Amino acid sequence: MRLIIKGRVWKFGDNISTDHIIPGRYFYLRGNINELAKHTFEDIRPDFVKKVKPNDIVVGGYNFGMGSSREHAVLVLKVLGIGAIIARSFARIFYRNAFNLGIPAIIADTTDINEGETLEIHLDKGVVISTTRDVVIRFNPIPPIMMKILKEGGIIRYVLKYNDLPSR
Amino acid sequence: MGLTLAEKILSLKNRKEVHAGDIIITNVDWIIAQDGTAPLAIRQFKKLNKDKVFDEQRIIFFIDHAAPSPCRELSNEHLLIRNFSKEMGIILHDVGDGIIHQVFIEKYAMPGDVVVGADSHTCTAGALATFAAGFGSTDVAIAMALGKIWIRVPESIEVVIYGSLPKGVFAKDIALYLLKKIGVTGAIYKALEFKGEAIERLSIDSRLTLTNMAVEMGAKTALIEVDNITKDFLLETRKVSNFKFLKADEDADYEERIYVDVSNLEPMIALPHSVDKVVSISDVEGIEINQAFVGTCTNGRLEDLRIVASILKDRKVAKNVRLLIAPASRKIYLQALREGILDIIVKAGGIVLPPGCGPCVGIHLGILGDGEVCLSSQNRNFKGRMGNPNSEIYLASPATVVASAIMGKITDPREVM
Repeated sequence: MRLIIKGRVWKFGDNISTDHIIPGRYFYLRGNINELAKHTFEDIRPDFVKKVKPNDIVVGGYNFGMGSSREHAVLVLKVLGIGAIIARSFARIFYRNAFNLGIPAIIADTTDINEGETLEIHLDKGVVISTTRDVVIRFNPIPPIMMKILKEGGIIRYVLKYNDLPSR
Repeated sequence: MGLTLAEKILSLKNRKEVHAGDIIITNVDWIIAQDGTAPLAIRQFKKLNKDKVFDEQRIIFFIDHAAPSPCRELSNEHLLIRNFSKEMGIILHDVGDGIIHQVFIEKYAMPGDVVVGADSHTCTAGALATFAAGFGSTDVAIAMALGKIWIRVPESIEVVIYGSLPKGVFAKDIALYLLKKIGVTGAIYKALEFKGEAIERLSIDSRLTLTNMAVEMGAKTALIEVDNITKDFLLETRKVSNFKFLKADEDADYEERIYVDVSNLEPMIALPHSVDKVVSISDVEGIEINQAFVGTCTNGRLEDLRIVASILKDRKVAKNVRLLIAPASRKIYLQALREGILDIIVKAGGIVLPPGCGPCVGIHLGILGDGEVCLSSQNRNFKGRMGNPNSEIYLASPATVVASAIMGKITDPREVM
Protein backbone atom coordinates (compact mmCIF):
# COMPACT_ATOMS: atom_id res chain seq x y z
CA MET A 1 0.00 0.00 0.00
CA ARG A 2 1.20 3.46 -0.84
CA LEU A 3 1.35 5.75 2.17
CA ILE A 4 1.81 8.89 0.07
CA ILE A 5 -0.62 9.70 -2.71
CA LYS A 6 0.16 12.59 -5.00
CA GLY A 7 -2.28 13.88 -7.57
CA ARG A 8 -4.31 16.70 -9.06
CA VAL A 9 -7.58 17.82 -7.53
CA TRP A 10 -11.04 17.54 -9.06
CA LYS A 11 -13.20 19.61 -6.74
CA PHE A 12 -16.91 19.01 -6.23
CA GLY A 13 -19.53 20.43 -3.87
CA ASP A 14 -21.80 18.99 -1.18
CA ASN A 15 -24.17 16.03 -1.55
CA ILE A 16 -22.60 14.48 -4.63
CA SER A 17 -24.78 11.42 -5.21
CA THR A 18 -23.86 8.11 -6.79
CA ASP A 19 -26.19 9.23 -9.63
CA HIS A 20 -23.90 12.24 -10.16
CA ILE A 21 -20.87 9.95 -10.21
CA ILE A 22 -22.38 7.40 -12.56
CA PRO A 23 -25.91 8.14 -13.83
CA GLY A 24 -28.54 5.42 -13.44
CA ARG A 25 -29.33 5.49 -17.16
CA TYR A 26 -26.03 3.63 -17.75
CA PHE A 27 -27.28 0.79 -15.58
CA TYR A 28 -27.13 -1.45 -18.67
CA LEU A 29 -23.33 -1.04 -18.81
CA ARG A 30 -22.70 -2.29 -15.28
CA GLY A 31 -21.47 -5.61 -16.64
CA ASN A 32 -18.82 -3.75 -18.66
CA ILE A 33 -16.98 -1.51 -16.22
CA ASN A 34 -14.57 0.02 -18.75
CA GLU A 35 -17.47 1.19 -20.90
CA LEU A 36 -19.40 2.34 -17.84
CA ALA A 37 -16.42 4.39 -16.63
CA LYS A 38 -16.58 6.52 -19.80
CA HIS A 39 -19.68 8.18 -18.33
CA THR A 40 -18.23 9.10 -14.94
CA PHE A 41 -19.45 12.53 -13.73
CA GLU A 42 -20.96 13.02 -17.19
CA ASP A 43 -23.88 15.21 -16.07
CA ILE A 44 -21.93 17.53 -13.79
CA ARG A 45 -18.38 17.53 -15.25
CA PRO A 46 -18.53 16.45 -18.89
CA ASP A 47 -14.76 16.87 -19.42
CA PHE A 48 -13.81 14.67 -16.45
CA VAL A 49 -13.24 11.40 -18.30
CA LYS A 50 -11.24 13.07 -21.08
CA LYS A 51 -8.89 14.87 -18.71
CA VAL A 52 -8.59 12.62 -15.66
CA LYS A 53 -5.15 11.10 -15.00
CA PRO A 54 -4.02 8.23 -12.79
CA ASN A 55 -3.59 9.26 -9.13
CA ASP A 56 -5.88 12.28 -9.47
CA ILE A 57 -7.77 13.08 -6.30
CA VAL A 58 -11.52 13.62 -6.10
CA VAL A 59 -12.49 16.18 -3.48
CA GLY A 60 -16.03 16.75 -2.23
CA GLY A 61 -17.94 18.56 0.48
CA TYR A 62 -20.44 17.04 2.88
CA ASN A 63 -22.15 13.68 2.29
CA PHE A 64 -20.09 12.56 -0.69
CA GLY A 65 -21.51 9.45 -2.40
CA MET A 66 -25.05 9.76 -1.09
CA GLY A 67 -27.98 7.83 -2.51
CA SER A 68 -27.89 4.47 -4.22
CA SER A 69 -25.69 1.65 -2.90
CA ARG A 70 -24.22 1.09 -6.38
CA GLU A 71 -20.60 0.13 -5.83
CA HIS A 72 -20.06 0.95 -9.50
CA ALA A 73 -19.71 4.57 -8.34
CA VAL A 74 -16.44 3.59 -6.67
CA LEU A 75 -15.52 1.04 -9.31
CA VAL A 76 -15.53 3.62 -12.13
CA LEU A 77 -13.25 5.89 -10.08
CA LYS A 78 -10.95 2.93 -9.53
CA VAL A 79 -10.91 2.09 -13.23
CA LEU A 80 -9.98 5.71 -13.99
CA GLY A 81 -7.09 5.44 -11.53
CA ILE A 82 -8.32 7.85 -8.86
CA GLY A 83 -5.78 7.78 -6.01
CA ALA A 84 -7.98 8.95 -3.15
CA ILE A 85 -11.20 10.72 -2.30
CA ILE A 86 -11.31 13.50 0.28
CA ALA A 87 -14.56 14.92 1.63
CA ARG A 88 -15.95 16.66 4.70
CA SER A 89 -18.18 13.63 5.20
CA PHE A 90 -19.17 10.53 3.27
CA ALA A 91 -22.40 8.62 2.85
CA ARG A 92 -21.77 5.41 4.74
CA ILE A 93 -22.25 2.83 1.99
CA PHE A 94 -19.96 4.73 -0.38
CA TYR A 95 -17.34 5.05 2.40
CA ARG A 96 -17.25 1.29 2.95
CA ASN A 97 -17.27 0.58 -0.77
CA ALA A 98 -14.23 2.82 -1.30
CA PHE A 99 -12.07 0.95 1.24
CA ASN A 100 -13.45 -2.40 0.12
CA LEU A 101 -12.10 -1.67 -3.37
CA GLY A 102 -8.84 -0.29 -2.04
CA ILE A 103 -9.36 3.46 -2.45
CA PRO A 104 -8.73 5.60 0.65
CA ALA A 105 -11.66 7.85 1.60
CA ILE A 106 -10.38 10.64 3.80
CA ILE A 107 -12.54 12.81 6.00
CA ALA A 108 -11.10 16.33 6.19
CA ASP A 109 -12.09 19.97 5.93
CA THR A 110 -11.94 20.49 2.17
CA THR A 111 -12.96 24.16 2.06
CA ASP A 112 -9.42 25.33 1.42
CA ILE A 113 -8.63 22.84 -1.35
CA ASN A 114 -8.65 24.26 -4.88
CA GLU A 115 -9.61 22.71 -8.19
CA GLY A 116 -6.60 21.69 -10.24
CA GLU A 117 -3.93 22.02 -7.56
CA THR A 118 -1.64 19.13 -6.73
CA LEU A 119 -1.92 17.54 -3.30
CA GLU A 120 0.17 15.09 -1.36
CA ILE A 121 -1.78 12.90 1.03
CA HIS A 122 0.30 11.32 3.79
CA LEU A 123 -1.90 8.50 5.07
CA ASP A 124 0.37 7.64 8.00
CA LYS A 125 0.84 11.21 9.19
CA GLY A 126 -2.77 12.28 8.63
CA VAL A 127 -1.96 15.34 6.57
CA VAL A 128 -2.85 16.71 3.15
CA ILE A 129 -0.25 19.11 1.75
CA SER A 130 -0.61 21.39 -1.23
CA THR A 131 2.54 21.25 -3.34
CA THR A 132 2.07 24.76 -4.67
CA ARG A 133 0.66 26.74 -1.76
CA ASP A 134 1.36 26.98 1.92
CA VAL A 135 -1.60 24.82 2.92
CA VAL A 136 -1.53 21.85 5.26
CA ILE A 137 -4.77 20.14 6.24
CA ARG A 138 -4.83 17.64 9.07
CA PHE A 139 -7.29 14.78 9.09
CA ASN A 140 -8.34 12.26 11.70
CA PRO A 141 -6.55 8.97 11.25
CA ILE A 142 -8.28 6.40 9.07
CA PRO A 143 -10.06 3.93 11.41
CA PRO A 144 -7.86 0.87 12.14
CA ILE A 145 -10.33 -1.56 10.58
CA MET A 146 -10.27 0.46 7.34
CA MET A 147 -6.48 0.59 7.40
CA LYS A 148 -6.35 -3.21 7.65
CA ILE A 149 -8.54 -3.50 4.56
CA LEU A 150 -6.57 -0.84 2.69
CA LYS A 151 -3.23 -2.46 3.49
CA GLU A 152 -4.30 -5.63 1.70
CA GLY A 153 -5.57 -3.65 -1.28
CA GLY A 154 -9.25 -4.20 -0.51
CA ILE A 155 -11.57 -6.55 1.34
CA ILE A 156 -11.51 -9.34 -1.27
CA ARG A 157 -7.76 -9.74 -0.89
CA TYR A 158 -8.08 -9.46 2.88
CA VAL A 159 -10.57 -12.32 3.03
CA LEU A 160 -8.52 -14.40 0.57
CA LYS A 161 -5.52 -14.02 2.85
CA TYR A 162 -7.13 -14.47 6.29
CA ASN A 163 -10.37 -16.27 5.39
CA ASP A 164 -12.09 -14.01 7.90
CA LEU A 165 -13.29 -10.46 8.41
CA PRO A 166 -11.08 -7.79 9.88
CA SER A 167 -11.94 -6.84 13.44
CA ARG A 168 -11.18 -3.69 15.36
CA MET B 1 -28.43 3.00 30.59
CA GLY B 2 -30.83 0.84 28.62
CA LEU B 3 -30.53 -0.22 25.01
CA THR B 4 -31.93 1.37 21.89
CA LEU B 5 -33.81 -0.96 19.58
CA ALA B 6 -30.80 -1.11 17.25
CA GLU B 7 -28.50 -2.06 20.14
CA LYS B 8 -31.01 -4.57 21.44
CA ILE B 9 -31.41 -6.44 18.16
CA LEU B 10 -27.65 -6.64 17.61
CA SER B 11 -27.09 -7.69 21.24
CA LEU B 12 -29.69 -10.47 21.05
CA LYS B 13 -28.33 -11.70 17.72
CA ASN B 14 -24.81 -11.94 19.06
CA ARG B 15 -25.64 -13.02 22.63
CA LYS B 16 -23.66 -10.22 24.24
CA GLU B 17 -24.51 -6.64 24.99
CA VAL B 18 -23.26 -4.20 22.38
CA HIS B 19 -23.40 -0.43 22.38
CA ALA B 20 -23.37 2.42 19.87
CA GLY B 21 -19.84 2.95 18.58
CA ASP B 22 -18.75 -0.68 19.00
CA ILE B 23 -17.34 -2.30 15.89
CA ILE B 24 -18.73 -5.82 15.84
CA ILE B 25 -18.79 -8.83 13.60
CA THR B 26 -22.37 -9.99 13.46
CA ASN B 27 -24.05 -13.07 12.08
CA VAL B 28 -26.65 -12.30 9.46
CA ASP B 29 -30.07 -13.85 8.89
CA TRP B 30 -30.67 -12.68 5.35
CA ILE B 31 -28.61 -11.46 2.44
CA ILE B 32 -30.55 -9.77 -0.35
CA ALA B 33 -29.54 -8.22 -3.67
CA GLN B 34 -31.21 -7.04 -6.88
CA ASP B 35 -30.34 -7.09 -10.56
CA GLY B 36 -28.38 -3.84 -10.34
CA THR B 37 -26.08 -5.10 -7.59
CA ALA B 38 -26.22 -8.91 -7.57
CA PRO B 39 -24.12 -9.36 -10.75
CA LEU B 40 -21.16 -7.50 -9.20
CA ALA B 41 -21.67 -9.40 -5.93
CA ILE B 42 -21.54 -12.68 -7.89
CA ARG B 43 -18.39 -11.59 -9.76
CA GLN B 44 -16.73 -10.61 -6.48
CA PHE B 45 -17.85 -13.84 -4.80
CA LYS B 46 -16.19 -15.82 -7.58
CA LYS B 47 -12.85 -14.19 -6.69
CA LEU B 48 -13.08 -15.68 -3.18
CA ASN B 49 -12.42 -19.27 -4.35
CA LYS B 50 -15.40 -20.71 -2.48
CA ASP B 51 -17.41 -23.63 -3.84
CA LYS B 52 -20.47 -22.80 -1.82
CA VAL B 53 -22.25 -19.90 -0.20
CA PHE B 54 -22.59 -20.04 3.60
CA ASP B 55 -26.31 -20.92 3.42
CA GLU B 56 -28.16 -20.81 0.11
CA GLN B 57 -31.55 -20.60 1.83
CA ARG B 58 -30.54 -17.34 3.52
CA ILE B 59 -29.62 -15.56 0.30
CA ILE B 60 -32.30 -14.07 -1.93
CA PHE B 61 -31.88 -12.43 -5.33
CA PHE B 62 -34.56 -10.29 -6.95
CA ILE B 63 -34.88 -9.16 -10.56
CA ASP B 64 -36.84 -5.95 -10.16
CA HIS B 65 -34.86 -2.95 -11.42
CA ALA B 66 -34.94 -3.78 -15.11
CA ALA B 67 -37.94 -6.07 -15.18
CA PRO B 68 -38.53 -7.24 -17.81
CA SER B 69 -35.18 -6.44 -19.38
CA PRO B 70 -35.16 -3.56 -21.88
CA CYS B 71 -31.89 -4.55 -23.62
CA ARG B 72 -29.58 -7.47 -24.23
CA GLU B 73 -26.82 -6.23 -21.91
CA LEU B 74 -29.24 -6.45 -18.98
CA SER B 75 -30.76 -9.70 -20.25
CA ASN B 76 -27.27 -11.16 -19.95
CA GLU B 77 -26.85 -9.79 -16.42
CA HIS B 78 -30.16 -11.46 -15.56
CA LEU B 79 -28.83 -14.72 -17.00
CA LEU B 80 -25.80 -14.46 -14.74
CA ILE B 81 -28.10 -14.10 -11.72
CA ARG B 82 -30.34 -16.99 -12.81
CA ASN B 83 -27.45 -19.34 -13.53
CA PHE B 84 -25.60 -18.55 -10.31
CA SER B 85 -28.81 -18.91 -8.24
CA LYS B 86 -29.44 -22.30 -9.80
CA GLU B 87 -25.86 -23.45 -9.34
CA MET B 88 -25.78 -22.45 -5.67
CA GLY B 89 -29.43 -23.12 -4.78
CA ILE B 90 -30.01 -19.47 -3.90
CA ILE B 91 -33.62 -18.25 -3.70
CA LEU B 92 -34.55 -16.19 -6.77
CA HIS B 93 -37.50 -13.89 -7.30
CA ASP B 94 -37.52 -13.38 -11.04
CA VAL B 95 -39.20 -10.75 -13.24
CA GLY B 96 -42.78 -10.13 -12.14
CA ASP B 97 -42.49 -11.09 -8.49
CA GLY B 98 -41.96 -7.50 -7.42
CA ILE B 99 -39.60 -5.13 -5.68
CA ILE B 100 -36.90 -6.55 -3.40
CA HIS B 101 -37.99 -4.63 -0.28
CA GLN B 102 -41.68 -5.40 -0.71
CA VAL B 103 -41.30 -9.11 -1.42
CA PHE B 104 -38.80 -9.34 1.42
CA ILE B 105 -41.26 -8.03 4.01
CA GLU B 106 -44.11 -10.08 2.55
CA LYS B 107 -42.25 -13.38 2.79
CA TYR B 108 -39.05 -13.30 4.82
CA ALA B 109 -38.31 -10.48 7.29
CA MET B 110 -38.93 -11.20 10.97
CA PRO B 111 -38.50 -9.00 14.03
CA GLY B 112 -34.95 -9.27 15.35
CA ASP B 113 -33.43 -10.42 12.05
CA VAL B 114 -30.18 -8.89 10.85
CA VAL B 115 -30.31 -8.17 7.12
CA VAL B 116 -27.53 -7.25 4.73
CA GLY B 117 -28.82 -5.87 1.45
CA ALA B 118 -27.09 -4.70 -1.69
CA ASP B 119 -29.53 -1.84 -2.03
CA SER B 120 -29.65 1.43 -0.16
CA HIS B 121 -33.33 1.05 0.68
CA THR B 122 -32.75 -2.20 2.59
CA CYS B 123 -33.63 -0.13 5.68
CA THR B 124 -37.30 -0.41 4.63
CA ALA B 125 -37.61 -3.74 6.48
CA GLY B 126 -36.95 -1.92 9.76
CA ALA B 127 -40.70 -1.30 9.96
CA LEU B 128 -40.90 -4.92 11.17
CA ALA B 129 -38.14 -4.34 13.77
CA THR B 130 -35.45 -6.01 11.70
CA PHE B 131 -31.98 -4.50 11.66
CA ALA B 132 -31.62 -4.06 7.90
CA ALA B 133 -28.94 -1.97 6.25
CA GLY B 134 -27.67 -1.32 2.75
CA PHE B 135 -24.16 -2.28 1.61
CA GLY B 136 -22.17 -2.44 -1.59
CA SER B 137 -21.89 -5.56 -3.71
CA THR B 138 -18.48 -6.56 -2.35
CA ASP B 139 -19.64 -6.52 1.29
CA VAL B 140 -22.57 -8.64 0.17
CA ALA B 141 -20.27 -11.07 -1.68
CA ILE B 142 -18.27 -11.55 1.50
CA ALA B 143 -21.40 -11.99 3.61
CA MET B 144 -22.53 -14.63 1.08
CA ALA B 145 -19.28 -16.49 1.70
CA LEU B 146 -18.91 -16.08 5.47
CA GLY B 147 -22.44 -15.52 6.75
CA LYS B 148 -21.34 -12.50 8.71
CA ILE B 149 -20.42 -8.86 8.34
CA TRP B 150 -18.57 -6.21 10.32
CA ILE B 151 -20.54 -3.15 11.33
CA ARG B 152 -20.29 -0.23 13.65
CA VAL B 153 -23.27 -0.27 16.01
CA PRO B 154 -25.05 2.99 15.18
CA GLU B 155 -26.15 5.71 17.55
CA SER B 156 -29.92 6.11 17.41
CA ILE B 157 -32.08 9.17 16.97
CA GLU B 158 -35.53 8.86 18.50
CA VAL B 159 -38.15 10.37 16.21
CA VAL B 160 -41.39 10.88 18.09
CA ILE B 161 -44.36 11.49 15.81
CA TYR B 162 -47.52 12.59 17.57
CA GLY B 163 -50.92 14.08 16.82
CA SER B 164 -53.24 12.65 14.19
CA LEU B 165 -52.76 12.99 10.46
CA PRO B 166 -55.30 15.31 8.81
CA LYS B 167 -57.28 14.16 5.78
CA GLY B 168 -55.22 14.09 2.60
CA VAL B 169 -51.92 13.89 4.50
CA PHE B 170 -49.98 10.62 4.66
CA ALA B 171 -46.81 8.91 5.88
CA LYS B 172 -45.04 10.17 2.74
CA ASP B 173 -45.76 13.73 3.84
CA ILE B 174 -44.23 12.96 7.26
CA ALA B 175 -41.11 11.59 5.56
CA LEU B 176 -40.82 14.66 3.33
CA TYR B 177 -41.41 16.96 6.29
CA LEU B 178 -38.61 15.21 8.20
CA LEU B 179 -36.31 15.69 5.22
CA LYS B 180 -37.15 19.37 5.21
CA LYS B 181 -36.38 19.50 8.93
CA ILE B 182 -33.12 17.52 9.13
CA GLY B 183 -31.94 17.40 5.50
CA VAL B 184 -30.06 14.75 3.55
CA THR B 185 -27.28 14.63 6.13
CA GLY B 186 -29.45 14.82 9.25
CA ALA B 187 -29.09 11.15 10.20
CA ILE B 188 -25.84 10.16 8.51
CA TYR B 189 -24.48 6.86 10.00
CA LYS B 190 -27.34 6.79 12.54
CA ALA B 191 -30.39 4.63 13.14
CA LEU B 192 -33.75 6.39 13.17
CA GLU B 193 -36.19 4.88 15.66
CA PHE B 194 -39.75 6.01 14.94
CA LYS B 195 -42.16 6.12 17.87
CA GLY B 196 -45.19 7.98 19.16
CA GLU B 197 -48.96 7.86 18.95
CA ALA B 198 -49.04 8.72 15.25
CA ILE B 199 -46.74 5.79 14.46
CA GLU B 200 -48.82 3.46 16.64
CA ARG B 201 -51.83 4.24 14.46
CA LEU B 202 -50.04 3.77 11.13
CA SER B 203 -50.54 0.63 9.07
CA ILE B 204 -47.50 -1.47 8.11
CA ASP B 205 -47.81 -0.11 4.56
CA SER B 206 -47.43 3.44 5.86
CA ARG B 207 -44.66 2.55 8.31
CA LEU B 208 -42.68 1.08 5.42
CA THR B 209 -42.84 4.44 3.62
CA LEU B 210 -41.17 6.09 6.62
CA THR B 211 -38.43 3.51 7.15
CA ASN B 212 -37.82 3.44 3.39
CA MET B 213 -36.94 7.12 3.27
CA ALA B 214 -34.62 7.04 6.29
CA VAL B 215 -31.68 6.50 3.95
CA GLU B 216 -32.55 9.79 2.22
CA MET B 217 -31.59 11.44 5.52
CA GLY B 218 -28.33 9.47 5.49
CA ALA B 219 -29.42 6.86 8.04
CA LYS B 220 -27.82 3.43 8.28
CA THR B 221 -31.18 1.99 9.17
CA ALA B 222 -34.59 2.79 10.62
CA LEU B 223 -36.61 0.85 13.15
CA ILE B 224 -40.13 0.63 14.47
CA GLU B 225 -41.00 -1.40 17.57
CA VAL B 226 -43.15 -4.52 17.39
CA ASP B 227 -46.77 -3.91 18.39
CA ASN B 228 -50.16 -5.41 17.70
CA ILE B 229 -50.23 -3.99 14.19
CA THR B 230 -46.93 -5.77 13.43
CA LYS B 231 -48.33 -8.93 15.01
CA ASP B 232 -51.51 -8.81 12.92
CA PHE B 233 -49.47 -8.21 9.76
CA LEU B 234 -47.21 -11.19 10.39
CA LEU B 235 -50.13 -13.41 11.33
CA GLU B 236 -52.11 -12.44 8.27
CA THR B 237 -49.34 -12.53 5.68
CA ARG B 238 -47.12 -15.27 7.09
CA LYS B 239 -49.17 -17.16 9.68
CA VAL B 240 -46.40 -16.73 12.25
CA SER B 241 -46.72 -15.61 15.84
CA ASN B 242 -43.56 -16.85 17.52
CA PHE B 243 -41.58 -13.64 17.66
CA LYS B 244 -40.46 -11.26 20.36
CA PHE B 245 -42.25 -7.97 20.98
CA LEU B 246 -38.98 -6.10 20.49
CA LYS B 247 -38.90 -2.62 21.96
CA ALA B 248 -36.21 -0.19 23.00
CA ASP B 249 -35.60 0.08 26.74
CA GLU B 250 -37.41 2.92 28.52
CA ASP B 251 -34.07 4.44 29.54
CA ALA B 252 -32.34 3.89 26.19
CA ASP B 253 -29.49 6.22 25.38
CA TYR B 254 -30.60 8.25 22.36
CA GLU B 255 -28.15 10.63 20.81
CA GLU B 256 -30.93 13.01 19.86
CA ARG B 257 -34.70 13.28 20.02
CA ILE B 258 -36.85 14.82 17.31
CA TYR B 259 -40.50 15.62 17.94
CA VAL B 260 -42.97 16.11 15.13
CA ASP B 261 -46.61 17.07 15.62
CA VAL B 262 -48.47 16.03 12.47
CA SER B 263 -51.87 17.46 13.44
CA ASN B 264 -51.45 20.49 11.20
CA LEU B 265 -49.19 18.93 8.59
CA GLU B 266 -49.98 19.78 4.97
CA PRO B 267 -49.27 17.71 1.87
CA MET B 268 -45.54 18.17 1.21
CA ILE B 269 -43.56 18.08 -2.01
CA ALA B 270 -39.84 17.81 -2.81
CA LEU B 271 -38.62 20.03 -5.63
CA PRO B 272 -35.97 19.11 -8.21
CA HIS B 273 -33.15 18.03 -7.75
CA SER B 274 -32.88 17.25 -4.06
CA VAL B 275 -34.97 15.15 -1.71
CA ASP B 276 -34.72 17.74 1.06
CA LYS B 277 -35.81 20.72 -1.05
CA VAL B 278 -39.24 20.31 0.49
CA VAL B 279 -42.11 22.81 0.57
CA SER B 280 -45.83 22.71 1.30
CA ILE B 281 -47.96 21.88 -1.71
CA SER B 282 -49.50 25.38 -1.68
CA ASP B 283 -46.13 26.85 -2.68
CA VAL B 284 -46.00 25.04 -6.02
CA GLU B 285 -49.61 24.38 -7.00
CA GLY B 286 -50.27 24.88 -10.68
CA ILE B 287 -46.97 23.64 -12.13
CA GLU B 288 -47.80 21.60 -15.21
CA ILE B 289 -46.69 17.95 -15.31
CA ASN B 290 -46.12 15.49 -18.15
CA GLN B 291 -45.83 12.24 -16.23
CA ALA B 292 -47.26 11.07 -12.93
CA PHE B 293 -45.98 7.88 -11.32
CA VAL B 294 -47.28 5.89 -8.37
CA GLY B 295 -45.19 2.90 -7.34
CA THR B 296 -41.75 1.91 -5.98
CA CYS B 297 -40.52 0.57 -2.65
CA THR B 298 -41.70 3.87 -1.13
CA ASN B 299 -45.32 3.99 -2.24
CA GLY B 300 -46.40 1.10 -4.45
CA ARG B 301 -48.32 -0.84 -1.82
CA LEU B 302 -51.98 -1.84 -1.59
CA GLU B 303 -52.89 1.07 0.67
CA ASP B 304 -51.38 3.46 -1.90
CA LEU B 305 -53.26 1.85 -4.78
CA ARG B 306 -56.51 2.02 -2.82
CA ILE B 307 -55.97 5.76 -2.36
CA VAL B 308 -55.24 6.08 -6.08
CA ALA B 309 -58.48 4.28 -6.96
CA SER B 310 -60.58 6.25 -4.48
CA ILE B 311 -59.46 9.51 -6.07
CA LEU B 312 -59.51 8.32 -9.70
CA LYS B 313 -62.94 6.70 -9.58
CA ASP B 314 -65.25 8.27 -12.17
CA ARG B 315 -62.56 10.74 -13.20
CA LYS B 316 -60.12 10.96 -16.11
CA VAL B 317 -56.40 11.55 -16.28
CA ALA B 318 -55.65 14.91 -17.93
CA LYS B 319 -54.93 14.73 -21.66
CA ASN B 320 -51.36 15.97 -21.38
CA VAL B 321 -50.38 13.56 -18.60
CA ARG B 322 -49.19 9.95 -18.63
CA LEU B 323 -50.23 8.28 -15.38
CA LEU B 324 -48.09 5.21 -14.65
CA ILE B 325 -48.91 2.80 -11.83
CA ALA B 326 -46.56 -0.01 -10.80
CA PRO B 327 -47.76 -2.32 -7.99
CA ALA B 328 -44.78 -3.14 -5.76
CA SER B 329 -45.33 -6.90 -5.86
CA ARG B 330 -47.24 -9.67 -7.59
CA LYS B 331 -49.30 -10.10 -4.45
CA ILE B 332 -50.32 -6.44 -4.46
CA TYR B 333 -51.02 -6.56 -8.21
CA LEU B 334 -53.33 -9.53 -7.75
CA GLN B 335 -55.19 -7.97 -4.83
CA ALA B 336 -55.56 -4.68 -6.72
CA LEU B 337 -56.97 -6.68 -9.62
CA ARG B 338 -59.47 -8.43 -7.33
CA GLU B 339 -60.59 -5.18 -5.74
CA GLY B 340 -61.23 -3.52 -9.09
CA ILE B 341 -58.45 -0.98 -8.51
CA LEU B 342 -56.68 -1.74 -11.77
CA ASP B 343 -60.00 -1.50 -13.58
CA ILE B 344 -60.48 2.04 -12.29
CA ILE B 345 -56.92 3.02 -13.23
CA VAL B 346 -57.17 1.70 -16.78
CA LYS B 347 -60.63 3.20 -17.37
CA ALA B 348 -59.38 6.58 -16.17
CA GLY B 349 -56.62 6.51 -18.77
CA GLY B 350 -53.81 5.27 -16.53
CA ILE B 351 -51.18 2.70 -17.49
CA VAL B 352 -50.48 -0.31 -15.27
CA LEU B 353 -46.83 -1.45 -15.30
CA PRO B 354 -45.50 -4.84 -14.20
CA PRO B 355 -44.54 -5.27 -10.52
CA GLY B 356 -41.03 -3.88 -10.06
CA CYS B 357 -39.15 -0.60 -9.77
CA GLY B 358 -40.71 0.83 -12.94
CA PRO B 359 -39.30 4.14 -14.21
CA CYS B 360 -37.77 5.16 -10.84
CA VAL B 361 -34.27 3.99 -11.76
CA GLY B 362 -34.24 5.64 -15.19
CA ILE B 363 -33.64 2.65 -17.41
CA HIS B 364 -37.05 1.79 -18.81
CA LEU B 365 -40.83 2.13 -18.60
CA GLY B 366 -41.15 5.90 -18.63
CA ILE B 367 -37.92 7.80 -19.29
CA LEU B 368 -38.57 11.52 -19.39
CA GLY B 369 -37.97 13.75 -22.41
CA ASP B 370 -35.98 16.99 -22.37
CA GLY B 371 -37.71 19.62 -20.27
CA GLU B 372 -40.40 17.23 -19.07
CA VAL B 373 -41.73 17.27 -15.53
CA CYS B 374 -42.62 14.18 -13.53
CA LEU B 375 -44.46 14.04 -10.23
CA SER B 376 -43.66 10.76 -8.53
CA SER B 377 -44.36 8.81 -5.35
CA GLN B 378 -40.76 7.48 -5.40
CA ASN B 379 -38.02 8.40 -2.94
CA ARG B 380 -35.38 10.16 -5.06
CA ASN B 381 -35.35 13.08 -7.46
CA PHE B 382 -31.63 13.48 -8.13
CA LYS B 383 -30.80 15.09 -11.45
CA GLY B 384 -31.16 12.46 -14.15
CA ARG B 385 -32.68 9.87 -11.83
CA MET B 386 -35.44 9.01 -14.29
CA GLY B 387 -33.07 8.66 -17.20
CA ASN B 388 -32.70 12.24 -18.43
CA PRO B 389 -30.66 14.99 -16.74
CA ASN B 390 -32.68 17.58 -18.66
CA SER B 391 -35.90 16.72 -16.86
CA GLU B 392 -37.39 17.56 -13.49
CA ILE B 393 -38.74 15.28 -10.78
CA TYR B 394 -41.02 16.30 -7.92
CA LEU B 395 -41.80 13.89 -5.07
CA ALA B 396 -45.08 13.59 -3.20
CA SER B 397 -47.64 11.16 -1.79
CA PRO B 398 -49.70 8.93 -4.10
CA ALA B 399 -52.76 11.10 -3.35
CA THR B 400 -50.96 14.24 -4.51
CA VAL B 401 -49.61 12.44 -7.59
CA VAL B 402 -53.03 11.21 -8.67
CA ALA B 403 -54.86 14.46 -7.92
CA SER B 404 -52.24 16.23 -10.05
CA ALA B 405 -52.57 13.67 -12.84
CA ILE B 406 -56.29 14.42 -13.03
CA MET B 407 -55.79 18.19 -13.10
CA GLY B 408 -52.68 18.12 -15.32
CA LYS B 409 -50.77 20.26 -12.85
CA ILE B 410 -49.52 20.02 -9.28
CA THR B 411 -52.65 19.94 -7.16
CA ASP B 412 -53.47 19.74 -3.46
CA PRO B 413 -55.14 16.30 -3.07
CA ARG B 414 -57.58 17.72 -0.54
CA GLU B 415 -59.25 19.57 -3.41
CA VAL B 416 -60.35 16.32 -5.03
CA MET B 417 -60.75 13.95 -2.07
